[in-house]
Amino acid sequence: MAPILDVRNLQTHFFTKSGVLKAVDGVSFQIGAGEIVGLVGESGSGKSITGFSILGLVDAPGRIVGGEILFKGNDLTKLPATDIQKMRGSRIAMIFQDPMMTLNPVLRIETQMTEAIQTHDSSVSKDEARRRSRDALGMVGISSPDERMRAYPHQFSGGMRQRVSIAIAMLNRPDLIIADEPTTALDVTIQGQVIHEMQQLCRKTKTALLWITHDLAVVAGISSRICVMYAGRIVEQGPNDVLIGSPMHPYTNGLLGSVPSQNLRGQPLQQIEGIVPSLLNLPPGCAFENRCGRALAQCKQSAPEETVMDDQRILRCFNKVEQS
Amino acid sequence: MTAFILRRSLQSILVLFIMSLIVFVGVNLIGDPVDMLINPESDQAEIERVIKELGLDRPVFEQYWYFLVNAFQGDLGKSFVFGEPALKLIVQRMPATFELALFSLSIAVVFGIPLGVYAGLKPDSRVSKTIMAGSILGFSMPTFWVGIILIMFFSVNLGWLPSTGRGDVATVFGITSSIFTLDGLSHIFLPAFNLALFKLSSVIRLARAGTREIILQDYIKFARAKGLSERRVINVHLLKNILIPIVTIIGLEFGSLIAFSTVTETVFAWPGMGKLIIEAIYNLDRPIIVAYLMIIVLIFVTLNLIVDITYSLLDPRVRIKGES
Amino acid sequence: MAEVTANAQSQAYSSSGWRKFWADYSESPLAVVALLIFGSILFIAIFAPFVSPTNPYDLTTVDIMNSRLPPGSEDFAGNIYLLGTDGAGRDMLSSIFFGLRVSLGVGALSGLIALIVGAILGLSAAYYGGRYETFVMRIVDIQLSFPSILMALVILAIFGKGVEKTIIALILVQWAYYARAARASALVEKNKEYVEAAKCLALGDRRIILNHITPNCMAPLIVVGTLQTAHAISLEATLSFLGLGLPVTEPSLGLLIGNGFEFMYSGDYWISIFPGIALLITIVSINLVGDQLRDMFNPRLQR
Repeated sequence: MAPILDVRNLQTHFFTKSGVLKAVDGVSFQIGAGEIVGLVGESGSGKSITGFSILGLVDAPGRIVGGEILFKGNDLTKLPATDIQKMRGSRIAMIFQDPMMTLNPVLRIETQMTEAIQTHDSSVSKDEARRRSRDALGMVGISSPDERMRAYPHQFSGGMRQRVSIAIAMLNRPDLIIADEPTTALDVTIQGQVIHEMQQLCRKTKTALLWITHDLAVVAGISSRICVMYAGRIVEQGPNDVLIGSPMHPYTNGLLGSVPSQNLRGQPLQQIEGIVPSLLNLPPGCAFENRCGRALAQCKQSAPEETVMDDQRILRCFNKVEQS
Repeated sequence: MTAFILRRSLQSILVLFIMSLIVFVGVNLIGDPVDMLINPESDQAEIERVIKELGLDRPVFEQYWYFLVNAFQGDLGKSFVFGEPALKLIVQRMPATFELALFSLSIAVVFGIPLGVYAGLKPDSRVSKTIMAGSILGFSMPTFWVGIILIMFFSVNLGWLPSTGRGDVATVFGITSSIFTLDGLSHIFLPAFNLALFKLSSVIRLARAGTREIILQDYIKFARAKGLSERRVINVHLLKNILIPIVTIIGLEFGSLIAFSTVTETVFAWPGMGKLIIEAIYNLDRPIIVAYLMIIVLIFVTLNLIVDITYSLLDPRVRIKGES
Repeated sequence: MAEVTANAQSQAYSSSGWRKFWADYSESPLAVVALLIFGSILFIAIFAPFVSPTNPYDLTTVDIMNSRLPPGSEDFAGNIYLLGTDGAGRDMLSSIFFGLRVSLGVGALSGLIALIVGAILGLSAAYYGGRYETFVMRIVDIQLSFPSILMALVILAIFGKGVEKTIIALILVQWAYYARAARASALVEKNKEYVEAAKCLALGDRRIILNHITPNCMAPLIVVGTLQTAHAISLEATLSFLGLGLPVTEPSLGLLIGNGFEFMYSGDYWISIFPGIALLITIVSINLVGDQLRDMFNPRLQR
């Protein structure tokens, strides 16, 4: 089956006063219909910019300088701005990290929901839009949605607001939702609920989901495939169990080592020494080389290309971790 | 809350009382009113009669007491020049001043907000830089001189607009105003623009600062991610957020427009209370001076009270926001 | 954190001297130009009797026959009037030079006295606190809630016009701005260790305020002072134009503009316009200098 989203060698650079910042530099991955893919990386790795690039919402001085974003066969990077705008919110929706900041504080929930429907289909009446909005609120588990529609965002808690954002993203039954750290700003107890609900919703509506997070543990539970991003590149991607079970990239291995888990009880957690190199001034070789325990002389000179492994994993490393 | 309003109201009454004392004592102790009021050629009997009639033979504190008692009954003395009650003269001219101030306020808001938003959206464009340079000039130019330039240009050189008076007035819905006739509109335009210039500059600055802050908010990006048109993002999501504080600030500065209208009314011979007070100061028409000052202080104390109460009413929402 | 940088900034200027100050200031070419223009205006104002082509108030040289000559005219004696003459035959250029002298003099004098009065009240309010502080700041708040033009009108309506009265009115209008700025920065300084140390040495209050707190509050006061002086000049011009400020014997720019206003309708624009342009250039250049100083002293904009 053809993937719903096929990102090929995406490059998004920021042209700042102090130089060209390569936030996304050669990212390729695919998402099938109804599939959940996790995009994992620390802050500044380019994972959010990847999400915004797909929606065509990269702010100046940034812009997409290379690659293709094939959505249902159409290259989004070549579409005129108005066509992408029509795509946004109807075929591809997005959920943001901080629910406190994503809803407009001076507009009623109702306005913010119905406008998302009517902007894409002006034939929908005000009442019909209101009914669909109410149903969407009910679907994400908000009680007495009729009343809540009239409220302003500040009358909701953080978890409730994120549910509203999810409801808005779901309104037009999109084919793909990009969720940028949707649970990071929530309480741990609410996190679990929201993750579970999103998984259920996507399964029910056959919506594909790109889940962007810094927390490998979160996506390990729900996604079918995981992409690990570091300094603007995907260093390792593959099916969930392959990647979690036997990470080959030293960075993935390090990330997994820093997640607390049941069978490692009592042992100190590993940590990855050092810091991410500046994206303005990346080394010619592998960007992880300065923090890598397995670095070779070769790693300093040239960056490893993507290699497809037998177990469907794609890896960028000269000296992969051999699992015992 | 009630205690707060009560306390502030009492303070306002105290300010009003102190101002009345300062104004009365100041006006009555500087110079001998007998010399200023009475024809030097009149005989002794005539002088005595007038002194008795005006109550000038009594001690100052007694005069002040009568002044207070009379003021509460709406009697602020008779104009020496016009021979009519001072309060009546001022109230007669009040509509012209309020009309001018309101029209100026509309000019400032209607032109200032779009210009400021534009400058905020495209801060580096040439047009924006021109707008901002204009607003700096608007802040620096003395109102009276701008008035002179406007008269020279539009009335004397081009002959497009009249430079003095209020023109024809008409009564619509019980409100008599010159904005209901074409002649009146042509008369009000120059003075209103003159009075508005300073406020226009500050609205531009406020709108620009607001736009630059709001445009970076996540909810603007989320609105774009919903696929809304740029027009709707700016006209609804952005504008509604910057309008509330701007209109609050500007509306509450209405009093300063009335104060500054003294200058504009003098330059354009606009028959309002500002021109009346300047003429009264020339003519040493003390009852008019006292009455004007009392009324303007009353207007200001009331406006300031409204400011304080409005801010304290807005406070709970600000507090909720601050905590989260 | 912010106040630490502010303090460090003002101390940096006193230790490494004017060179660093100038390096920071000259980062904005516009501000440098403004400073040059303001310097020239100041020079003209101070040396007006020497740089003016004629003395417009020497009745022996002024001839009513030369009244309302347009710019560039020449009279029978061969004198050229670059900016024309006014209704009494006075050379406009010379009148403007002398007018600048009066306007700047009144503005600077009132600003200086207001600064001293405001700084004393603001610093002492911050230092002593308590009811005294509440009382002083309450008056400041009330006064600042009235527009300056209104305050000045009240004062002049009561006292009548005149040089001293105009200066008194300008001082009464401005002191509150200085008091507010002085108190705000003194509150920050008051709790610093060096003030504690001075207190431990049992130094007198006056000495602590004058020698220790005041020097560290100068930066914001200078900024407020620059911008307020421009404001005072503008306000004085407005009052004089209305005929409520300076008497005809002290012709400031505002008065010159007012005198020319009546000739406006007959098309003799220069009598009003040129003094107005001089006034505008003065105010804008002072404002630009003040804006740059504010940016330099503002810790939030530190690079």
